[in-house]
Amino acid sequence: MHYNTGDTAWILASTALVLLMTPGLALFYGGMTRAKNVLGMMMQNFAAIGVVSLVWVWITYSLAFGPDWGGHGIIGTFHFFGLSNTAGNPPGYSLTIPHLLFMAFQMMFAIITPALITGGTADRLKFGSFLIFITIWSILVYAPVAHWVFDPNGWLFKRGAEDFAGGTVVHINAGIAGIAVALAVGKRKGWPKRAMPPHNVPMVLLGAGLLWFGWFGFNAGSALGANLLSVNAFVATNTATAAGLLAWILVEKLRDGKPTTLGAASGAVAGLVAITPACGYVNIVGATVIGLAAGVVCALAVRLKYKLKIDDALDVGGVHFIGGVLGALLIGFFGTSAIGGANGILHGGGAKLLGEQAIAVGVVATYSFVMSWLIAMAIKKTIGFRITEEQEDEGMDLALHAESAYEFNPSFGGGQYIEHKSEGSGK
Amino acid sequence: MKLVVAVVKPFKVDDVKEGLKAIGINGMTVSEVQGFGRQRGHTEVYRGAEYEVDFVPKVRIEVLVDDAELASVVDKIVEVADTGKIGDGKVWVLPVEDAIRVRTKERGAEAL
Repeated sequence: MHYNTGDTAWILASTALVLLMTPGLALFYGGMTRAKNVLGMMMQNFAAIGVVSLVWVWITYSLAFGPDWGGHGIIGTFHFFGLSNTAGNPPGYSLTIPHLLFMAFQMMFAIITPALITGGTADRLKFGSFLIFITIWSILVYAPVAHWVFDPNGWLFKRGAEDFAGGTVVHINAGIAGIAVALAVGKRKGWPKRAMPPHNVPMVLLGAGLLWFGWFGFNAGSALGANLLSVNAFVATNTATAAGLLAWILVEKLRDGKPTTLGAASGAVAGLVAITPACGYVNIVGATVIGLAAGVVCALAVRLKYKLKIDDALDVGGVHFIGGVLGALLIGFFGTSAIGGANGILHGGGAKLLGEQAIAVGVVATYSFVMSWLIAMAIKKTIGFRITEEQEDEGMDLALHAESAYEFNPSFGGGQYIEHKSEGSGK
Repeated sequence: MKLVVAVVKPFKVDDVKEGLKAIGINGMTVSEVQGFGRQRGHTEVYRGAEYEVDFVPKVRIEVLVDDAELASVVDKIVEVADTGKIGDGKVWVLPVEDAIRVRTKERGAEAL
């Protein structure tokens, strides 16, 4: 087969960029937790790279992008099990890059999606149960949803729903799953009465910066080539992110009196989320409006959890679900065939696109919510999903991982080394 | 005047603060400290190397009180800091010679 070397080089780089988003997310989320839980949070994100990488190459890649099972557009078959039969193109694609590179690029999306869920469930999940949850979730939720929306043979794709880089598959999916699991496991001890402020906001900003950087691979890489479409996606992504950042801190300035750094980081991520489904379909006007709308709406939406009494700890619902829905629906207005895809309402395409977007949003949100809740409840009722109250008081870092993130007193209190019998002194 | 010093579990600080506010105490000083009593420390593991750490994180609360308030303050702290488990901490009381409010120069009980 002949591959386009430019395309291949760019998607190789994009794949690596998207991988970096997950450690970036770990910093973004880790900084927002309390100091006693930061390693517990980052560990869940980092370990997701391990779990999903293996599940993906062995099982879920085939379910998501393998030949359609029965022609219904519901799920792929096991034809690509363990990356077998991947010499040619995946069905429905005519790639200019190697099939395995497409697989690897998609793998990075499959990794960050379950990692995002931890934003809703921070500070209270058992580590082993979390790993089991994301394994099952990858198979029963991520794989089918990716098949419906991303795969050219998927039923929502064939209806005409548009999702350039994963607004529906990644952000709506993870956002609503975070809420479902948070509901299943219950609130953190003391929430909402007790303050649980971020312990390290500079870390949150570094994480947001790495997400922004990696997101260029996520969005511009989703063109699957190095071309005008990928550059359009790149520019739309940066524009919407900038607009989201400014819109969020403007809301804070008007509502709370002061713009905050945490708000700036959150607004940038809201902009990134909202432009994700749209970045290959909208021009600079669409990107600017989508970014501004995401900043404003998400800044308002993150307060809903106090009214709804849902402990969505780090606002995966308020930012990723709401931002994802917003971006997916606004394609129905701002989509333009001059960039790519169908025309939306403002470009003379009528309401059909908006209707398909709404169907995709509704279907994915409902399916993900129900399935995530069921999986979480099944784990809760069998092996347990939540740490004990004592572990919650002590903090996940020491209670689950026997580590502390910050040793501020190296001159004392560092502890005594325990010599093991096996390494004895030769007696 | 007395100085009540309490060393409690970190997650109990809010409860102590709220409990004391409820009985009319309007000030306290807290600091994060480490120490050990009868409670065991914990084990940390870094690349397979295990360390026994004796010092356990606690919060030290200091409250200046009038003699008349002493019993109720001590009782309240002991009541809310109690989880029934080892490591709940200790409360002790020291005599205080004088206290001065910096801004107004009030002294003694007036400064509390």
